[in-house]
Amino acid sequence: MTPLLKVSGVRTFYGAIEALRGVDIEVAEGEIVTLIGSNGAGKSTLLMTICGNPQARAGEIRFADRDITRFRTWDIVRLGIAQTPEGRRIFPRMTVLENLQMGAVANPDADFDDGVRRAFELFPVLGQRRNQSGGTLSGGEQQMLAIARALISRPKLLLLDEPSLGLAPRLARQIFAVLREINQSSGTTIFLVEQNAYHALRLCHRGYVLANGMVTLEGTGGELLENPAVQAAYLGGTGQ
Amino acid sequence: MRPPFASPLLRDAVLVAGIAGVLAFPFVGLLLTTQGTAPTLSARFPEFAGAVVLIFFGRLGISAARRGHILFPIVLGVVMATVGAFSLLFETTGMAADSAAPWHAFVPGTFLATVASAGGVAIAVVAGRNHLLRDSVPVARKPLPMKQLLLWTGVALAGVAIVLPLLPAVDRRLIDVATLVLTYVMLGWGLNIVVGLAGLLDLGYVAFYAVGAYSYALLSVTFGWSFWVCLPLAGALAALFGILLGFPVLRLRGDYLAIVTLGFGEMIRIILLNWYDFTNGPDGISNIGRPSFFGFQFAAKPAEGTESFHTLFGIAYDPVHRLIFLYYLILALALLTNAFTLRIRRLPVGRAWEALREDEIACRSLGVNPRNTKLSAFAIGAMFAGFAGSFFATRQGFVSPESFTFIESAILVAIVVLGGMGSQIGVAVAAIILVGLPEYFRELQEYRMLAFGMGMVLIMLWRPGGLLTHREPTIRTRSQPASA
Ligand SMILES: Nc1ncnc2c1ncn2[C@@H]1O[C@H](COP(=O)(O)OP(=O)(O)OP(=O)(O)O)[C@@H](O)[C@H]1O
Ligand SMILES: [Mg+2]
Repeated sequence: MTPLLKVSGVRTFYGAIEALRGVDIEVAEGEIVTLIGSNGAGKSTLLMTICGNPQARAGEIRFADRDITRFRTWDIVRLGIAQTPEGRRIFPRMTVLENLQMGAVANPDADFDDGVRRAFELFPVLGQRRNQSGGTLSGGEQQMLAIARALISRPKLLLLDEPSLGLAPRLARQIFAVLREINQSSGTTIFLVEQNAYHALRLCHRGYVLANGMVTLEGTGGELLENPAVQAAYLGGTGQ
Repeated sequence: MRPPFASPLLRDAVLVAGIAGVLAFPFVGLLLTTQGTAPTLSARFPEFAGAVVLIFFGRLGISAARRGHILFPIVLGVVMATVGAFSLLFETTGMAADSAAPWHAFVPGTFLATVASAGGVAIAVVAGRNHLLRDSVPVARKPLPMKQLLLWTGVALAGVAIVLPLLPAVDRRLIDVATLVLTYVMLGWGLNIVVGLAGLLDLGYVAFYAVGAYSYALLSVTFGWSFWVCLPLAGALAALFGILLGFPVLRLRGDYLAIVTLGFGEMIRIILLNWYDFTNGPDGISNIGRPSFFGFQFAAKPAEGTESFHTLFGIAYDPVHRLIFLYYLILALALLTNAFTLRIRRLPVGRAWEALREDEIACRSLGVNPRNTKLSAFAIGAMFAGFAGSFFATRQGFVSPESFTFIESAILVAIVVLGGMGSQIGVAVAAIILVGLPEYFRELQEYRMLAFGMGMVLIMLWRPGGLLTHREPTIRTRSQPASA
């Protein structure tokens, strides 16, 4: 079976800086795949490149058997890829419900009321705050809102950039639990970037390690957790 | 426990009286009279001093009552009410003529006396009520529901606007000023779509106003088409210009966009000025068709074989009919703009405008096409400017490049920003303050612009976010999700 997302030999530049130097990654349908790596490795760049902003200068990105390398961001998103970019980026002056409405742009056919119901089931606190403006939510609530907003369009593939950033450990675990739940109940494929390597690798089916714009390691979550290099670089003192 | 009577109260009252003094000085303290042909300024010291003293005591009483003092505000209120009432009595019975009564010096004028007595009673009542409620359990007071408040303010403003020309006290001059204000309200609402909702700082909005005015003028003069045919055409042409100008510049952000739009605004004006064959240059275009009441002219002597407005209704000819008709025309156009904005905010495209203003990257990642979304805001804003422009042309019967200078754009941006960036009522109030009031100070000539500037500074100081910062959500509470 061909993978849902296939990134091959992708190179991305910011001006003269080469942020991705030939990246190959595959995500199969129904999988949770994690990408870890140190700061500046190019993780966010990879997620953004998949969405065509910036576009890859070389290589190919295929989604659902389609070459999307040269597509514009809004067209890519309409194919069923939802992204929560780095740093939450909710709309601060708009209410929780309005933020969720913006999630429906990519897929106007999705049942909005049903999507909202599902979002409030996953994150009950959002239901209580539905008429509050996004900017007044706590950091964790904003993160939940960003995820819920991405889910409204019922994407086939969900790209998450550091969903546990800045969250208390308990809340981070809660977010990971919700991700597993989304993956299992609706079969949404998830590709996530994380600094919280221990939890992310425990959650995922497979994982990649990115360093200096290149994939240096790949394997199942368990394999990577066992890997001495990973332990030394990313798990030093975390969790275990 | 009663808080001890403290000097913050005094300081507060002095401060407020001071501010009132600064404000009241030009309005109350100076009297402009015309003797012969030369206007002269004379001081009205008693009125001015009375107003300031009254505000000092009133503020003292109000804040004391608010802080839970009881005896002091009651006494103060009663004294104020008594002085005010006596003064009123003397004033109205003519006993004040000999000016012997000492209190007359403190509360001059029937108006101040009325305020003093009513305010005194109010302060005493509030303090008394505090006394009665002192031992009862405090109940959390519900905050005023902003939505209701805004709704009723809007309805009230619209109501006043609708009946205004029919009021007996209203003269030609007021209708003229009101028409001018409404033109700015409409332009402000149009620009609000671009600046307030979509967050695109457009300093050249007047260009589209000019395009609308000239489109109407040229179509009307060249083809003799009627207002109702030219209006939509002028709007469409202005929208087209919005797209043409917007296309290259909308990838710019913030300051850069502002500068480039400013340049475009000036370019349009300079083209109008120099393209003599087409626009008649600085001489402008005159004899533009005046609006008709659905085909019936406002003319004293209708052309052979046609009826005019007054013969249609069998009333005497009066030039004010046309003024009133123009007033209602711009009112209808403005209300149309408002209704359109209120509606489109609830539609996906309007929501995308607001979202784009908040965070463009998030919008992209959610599937919004920023270029098209911005262009649509630009074009729709331009269209309303085009409508307003054709109204301007038909009202004046004459257009020239002079009417479309940068200052017009600047005033409009000021109206939108001071109104509160996106608040419809805020824009209307700001237009009244910034355009309507200065019209009444025409006599002050250059100082009028000073008043304009001072108004802006004061609004910025007191309400840095604009007059009305409340943003009404476009979607309201849904029923609680049925969760098990
Ligand atoms: N807009 C940009 N312009 C220029 N260089 C950029 C830009 N965005 C990222 N870079 C550079 O590209 C490299 C990869 O950045 P990226 O944001 O992808 O890192 P990351 O792996 O997500 O790091 P982090 O874990 O800190 O978020 C960095 O060296 C960064 O400086
Ligand atoms: Mg990153």
